[in-house]
Amino acid sequence: MKYLHLIWAALFRRKTRTILTLVSIIAAFLLFGMLDAVRTGFDQAGNSANGAERLQTGSRLSFIQTLPQSLEARIAQVPGVKMVTYANWFGGAYQDPHNQVFSFAVEPNYLDLYPEMEVSPAERKAFDDTRTGALVGEKLAERFHWKVGDKIPMQSTIFPNHEGSKNWTFDIVGILHSKDKKAGGFYDQMFLLNWKYFDETTPYNRGTVGWYVTRVTDVNQADRVAKAIDAISANSDHETRTQTEAAATASWMKQLADIGLIVSSIMGAVFFTLLLLSGNTMMQAVRERTSELAVLKTIGFSSHSVLAMVLAESVLLLLLGGVLGLGLAMLMVGGIQSKMGGAIPMAPLDAGIWTHGLLLMIAVGLLVGALPAIRAMRLNIVDALAGR
Amino acid sequence: MFLHFLMLLFSTLALVSAVFLAIWMLLTRQGRQAVSITSVGISTLRQRLGMSSVIVVGIAGVVAVLVALLAMSDGYRETLNKTGSADTAIVMRGASASEVMSVLDHDSVTLIPQAVGIAKDAKGQPIASPELVVAANLPLKGGSADDEGSVQLRGVGEQAWAVRPNLKIIEGRKFTPGMRELIVGKGAAKQFAGLEPGHEIRLGSQMWTVVGVFASGDAMDSEVWGDAGVVADTYRRGSSRASVTVKLADPKAFDAFKTELEANPQLKVDVSTTLDYFSKQSEGMSTFLTVIGIVVGSIMAIGAIFGALNCMFAAVAARAREIATLRAIGFRGLPVVVAVMLETMLLALLGGLIGGVLAWLIFNGYSASTLAAGTVGKLSFELKVSAELLWVGLLWALTIGFIGGLFPAVRAARLPVTTALREL
Repeated sequence: MKYLHLIWAALFRRKTRTILTLVSIIAAFLLFGMLDAVRTGFDQAGNSANGAERLQTGSRLSFIQTLPQSLEARIAQVPGVKMVTYANWFGGAYQDPHNQVFSFAVEPNYLDLYPEMEVSPAERKAFDDTRTGALVGEKLAERFHWKVGDKIPMQSTIFPNHEGSKNWTFDIVGILHSKDKKAGGFYDQMFLLNWKYFDETTPYNRGTVGWYVTRVTDVNQADRVAKAIDAISANSDHETRTQTEAAATASWMKQLADIGLIVSSIMGAVFFTLLLLSGNTMMQAVRERTSELAVLKTIGFSSHSVLAMVLAESVLLLLLGGVLGLGLAMLMVGGIQSKMGGAIPMAPLDAGIWTHGLLLMIAVGLLVGALPAIRAMRLNIVDALAGR
Repeated sequence: MFLHFLMLLFSTLALVSAVFLAIWMLLTRQGRQAVSITSVGISTLRQRLGMSSVIVVGIAGVVAVLVALLAMSDGYRETLNKTGSADTAIVMRGASASEVMSVLDHDSVTLIPQAVGIAKDAKGQPIASPELVVAANLPLKGGSADDEGSVQLRGVGEQAWAVRPNLKIIEGRKFTPGMRELIVGKGAAKQFAGLEPGHEIRLGSQMWTVVGVFASGDAMDSEVWGDAGVVADTYRRGSSRASVTVKLADPKAFDAFKTELEANPQLKVDVSTTLDYFSKQSEGMSTFLTVIGIVVGSIMAIGAIFGALNCMFAAVAARAREIATLRAIGFRGLPVVVAVMLETMLLALLGGLIGGVLAWLIFNGYSASTLAAGTVGKLSFELKVSAELLWVGLLWALTIGFIGGLFPAVRAARLPVTTALREL
């Protein structure tokens, strides 16, 4: 530590070179931060403690096939089921069909199964009492400048209303807040409407539901309960498929894209280049300073401390650029999230990504510093001073 | 549109300046000076192998990633655009964003084929194919038994073949109407387990037999087809259908066809040509992919520009005495600038070529899949690294080289001769 100023001085001996290299490193870690945020976002989707307690039951045929509403009473009787609710896709979009909104038509008790969505009791009551009421996530409300009491038009890309028009009207009666911003950022983008209003208004639903959500009393019994639920409609014309929420989400994300592959191939290209670039900078830096290093050795620095100093210099270079880059990525991810909404699952840059990043910086730093450091360590004082 | 314009501008700029440069170098004294300095620079490249390779590899990385991402966007758009044509039209319920969200009742399905403008077959029947589009959960290839994906299942009748003449059975046979038999697209067969002729698969509680594989080279390749009536039974859709696709007598007949259907008070339908419909479906996704490609490419390009700057500054510093000597014996500043720029651009060009070739070798024809907007199944498509994309990649490489070389070049020319000569 006491040599920090020495290392710092060595690092900024050639300001232009160091700054140019730093910018490249910043760019690399900016990209790393953003891509890792996307990857984590995909990984974490639906991965919460509450999610493990919840089962999703959909049609075995396909996710667009609806199930009879009568199934609710029968699922509720399965031993081990604490609570059951149902929902439908609404396929909402605001103003422009491109502004897709995660919108579900839900039964009143839906919120009881999702304790991670917070609504004030008064707003909850207003939702239950208002036929055309809607609860919206706080980020969604922010994005479209909605507030409680607004009457808003909403298009459904799936369901026309009884007049055959795709324009629906809703009264915003409350705002949803997600408790856990990390795993449940998704809920801040939600739009919930009353299933009853939905079912009565569209001629295409006729008392059917898209999927059931069940809360089990004991997580360890989830598999057994899932099988029991599926057994109810076995061999009927509406067979079901029940999965834990986590499994269902993971399967969706996997179908959407093989994010891991895309991200790692881009990162591979980026870091290979980075390695070469900063390695080259370090080589130059050490070559230029040959005589200075020899002087250090002459006045008593051991070979090992010279090695350590060069290594520290390259790690410091990487850390400087990397931390700036990740910080920038943090700002940008935040910006994208509030602008684009939940269009891309992106986790905020949390401790996990930072640890990843820091480890990577240190590893790359050590790697690129290794060769020049060993050179510096093996330096023969006499030859170096003589400029041989 | 804007991107296209930008690219055109850049291409013209690049070509025009290349031509001017060539003329200048051949015909003027300063030009010939530039040639000789450049050749000295290039011949000593080997001594600066590490630094030069940073430029080449850095730019190759940018170009490879950029071209691969853009190829994904292009491949996706191509697959969907090819699916439509100007002489077929698709009729769906009003306010439906896509086929799978549309429901046409039996009356509409019988009314639509009576409109004007539809081509007639040999028997004088209008070529109109009412189709039902639903989704089916099937086990994915290479996954566990529980690992299911969604595939788009289309229930069709006899006329479906007439409206899509490019669709061919490549293995097995067509399904028999009225039977629980399926034919599968070759893309779907690659994605899902058990989609081979002779195999039985489970849809809900029923077993269906796969009897053939078809290929059409477009989005239909990702679908599974069965008899419309049987599919409707399985999915409890009665006599309703999702859409009617018709063959127009003539692309010009579309307006009359559309006007008639939309004026009919018994119908509430949207009519568009299939070309329009499918290109709209691809719009959002392919723009999204293009934007991602450009954003990732730009960030990488910034890194590469600074890498190149760094290397060229070092190269100029290493050759400071040599350059100063040249200036002292009468070489002008401009040839020095041009020579440094040319060297950087040549390295950039090399990097661009390597990156483009890498992207082409690895990703051309690489098949990717996603849940496509507007469908309910996995859509497989092939990445397409076209000559145009390679050119875009080269332009990026040259731009990076230009910026990366400009400042070091100017510094080289501005170096006071006396100090540079004295410098060790």
